[in-house]
Amino acid sequence: MIEIKDLHKSYYMGKNSLHVLKGINFSVAEGEMVSIMGSSGSGKSTLLNILGILDEADSGTYTLDHTLIKNLNEKVAAQYRNKFLGFIFQSFNLINYKSALENVALPLYYQGEKRQTRTEKAMHYLEKVGLADWASHLPNELSGGQKQRVAIARALASDPKVLLADEPTGALDTKTSYEVMDLIQGINDEGKTILIVTHEEDIANMTKRIVNLKDGLIIDDSRIEQIRVKSSINV
Amino acid sequence: MFNLERWQEIFDTIRKNKLRTFLTGLSVASGIFILVILLAMGQGMQNGISKEFERDASNRISVWTDVTSEEYKGLNPGRRIELENRDYDFAVKRNEDKLEYKSGVFSIWGVLTTYVNESGSYRIEGVRGDYQFLENETLVTGRYINENDLVSSEKVAVIGNQVYLDLFKDKNSLGEYIDISGIKFKVIGVYSDPGGEREETRIFIPLTTAQRVFNAGEKLRSLAFTLQNQNTYKEALAASEAFSEQLETNLKLAHSISPTDKRAVIINNSLENMKRFYDLNKMIKIFFWGVGICTIIAGVVGVSNIMLIIVKERTKEIGIRKAIGAQPWSIIGMILHESIFVTALAGFVGLLFSLALIQFAGPFIETSFISNPSVDFSVAITTVFILIIAGAVAGFFPAYRAANIKPIEALRDE
Repeated sequence: MIEIKDLHKSYYMGKNSLHVLKGINFSVAEGEMVSIMGSSGSGKSTLLNILGILDEADSGTYTLDHTLIKNLNEKVAAQYRNKFLGFIFQSFNLINYKSALENVALPLYYQGEKRQTRTEKAMHYLEKVGLADWASHLPNELSGGQKQRVAIARALASDPKVLLADEPTGALDTKTSYEVMDLIQGINDEGKTILIVTHEEDIANMTKRIVNLKDGLIIDDSRIEQIRVKSSINV
Repeated sequence: MFNLERWQEIFDTIRKNKLRTFLTGLSVASGIFILVILLAMGQGMQNGISKEFERDASNRISVWTDVTSEEYKGLNPGRRIELENRDYDFAVKRNEDKLEYKSGVFSIWGVLTTYVNESGSYRIEGVRGDYQFLENETLVTGRYINENDLVSSEKVAVIGNQVYLDLFKDKNSLGEYIDISGIKFKVIGVYSDPGGEREETRIFIPLTTAQRVFNAGEKLRSLAFTLQNQNTYKEALAASEAFSEQLETNLKLAHSISPTDKRAVIINNSLENMKRFYDLNKMIKIFFWGVGICTIIAGVVGVSNIMLIIVKERTKEIGIRKAIGAQPWSIIGMILHESIFVTALAGFVGLLFSLALIQFAGPFIETSFISNPSVDFSVAITTVFILIIAGAVAGFFPAYRAANIKPIEALRDE
């Protein structure tokens, strides 16, 4: 599903350059659930942004679902994001003047779906995350966990190939974090490929594979015994 | 533009951002409102001034006299000069082919005039038939003084509309006799004058009758002429200046007045005043347009500012939209669509309010220098469109920039 080879990325601030990614080689098969770990500054968010076509690498190749992602203009990048990827952010990034339902329906608007279809699909995904009763509520009327679940529903709405989550539990307490992870595990069970950036050990252990980043290089990449939220922890 | 989905998205956004929309709309609407009112007042001032100048024929040349201010040929200064019939005859004879309308005038101020039980004090003017046109008067009813009245010194009178209202109170006046300083005059006509009430409180009688009744002999108070029309304003001005000069020279010669005496003979050339009037009107027009254009510029700057702030405020939203698949042009389109819709709506609301105000309050503003304020509708519409286009252009650049920054940067924007 995801194939990256010798990926390099530097940031330039005035005269200083910061070599963030120093040759990453890494691939993800369909249906995997991978966590990317590392201390702050290790380059994990940068990697996720490149994977999410939100940012572009300086050199190296990135293939997403057999499509080479290189030198895309904004228009094509937007199309790919819409078609291939669903994003889950630490700070949720819901549009605050739109209701939960409208937020979930927004990716479908950009896919050119009719209003009727949008509402139906969005409602379906809200049900899936258990927030059907909150459909007409604005983000600021929801709790953090609820907001993140709306964001997950939105990420799922366009039926992407890959879900990218950047510290999805970073702004949540432990109990809520586990609820969210339970939901994400459920989605993975249905066959969706999921990448999660996190620095929390317990969250990483809930995935099937941990990739450890340090100073722009992968220092460890190993499959683990997934800890299921449902069975191991009393939520 | 005609994408229904887009419209729905815009209306959603507008509905959920009422304050922002209201403030944008308010600034646009008030800008248009102020501009239209301003232009209307400018037009009103021009109308008012035009009215002031419409009292008499626009190319009238009036002559009257005063006392001499210089010693000349052994005659002391301070000598009162009085015009006589022969001055008039001489001027007419020399310029037979150049003159259009002409009349000598003998007038008396504040003459008690009575009809049955009503009376008033009016200015009586003895004039010739042409005087109607020199004063720019229109007859409401009856006829004006004619040659026959002059030859046989008929005791007939043409009264002003105000005099008619004072004395006759809307009753029939034609053929009735009014008493002017003890002598009966038959009313033969009623006139109205664009100069208004002040010019309509006069009574005209034949010149010959006036000179006889008021024991004036051959004396005249003033002369009034207009010249034949010329093709261009320049020619007309040149002709009337030449005529005025010749008239002045002849009068000074006939009455032994020093050629350099500025006080004894006064010649008022309306055409010269007319030029001043045109200049004044032009200045007013330039002034109001100047202020108007500045108002538009202020409005444009205001709209641009608001657009900048809106785009800034929505940077994060734009980032989110891009992350979930919005293409740059759909972002620009969304922002412009919304801003054009809001400015257009607000612009027309402002236009409507100002036009309504002018329509209803305009007629009540009737002072001597402002009359019937009004505005050219196409000008008003044009300004609305200028504001809309300016708003769109002003919104485009920040929207374009916002749509092209990387979504990751937009998302970081807090």
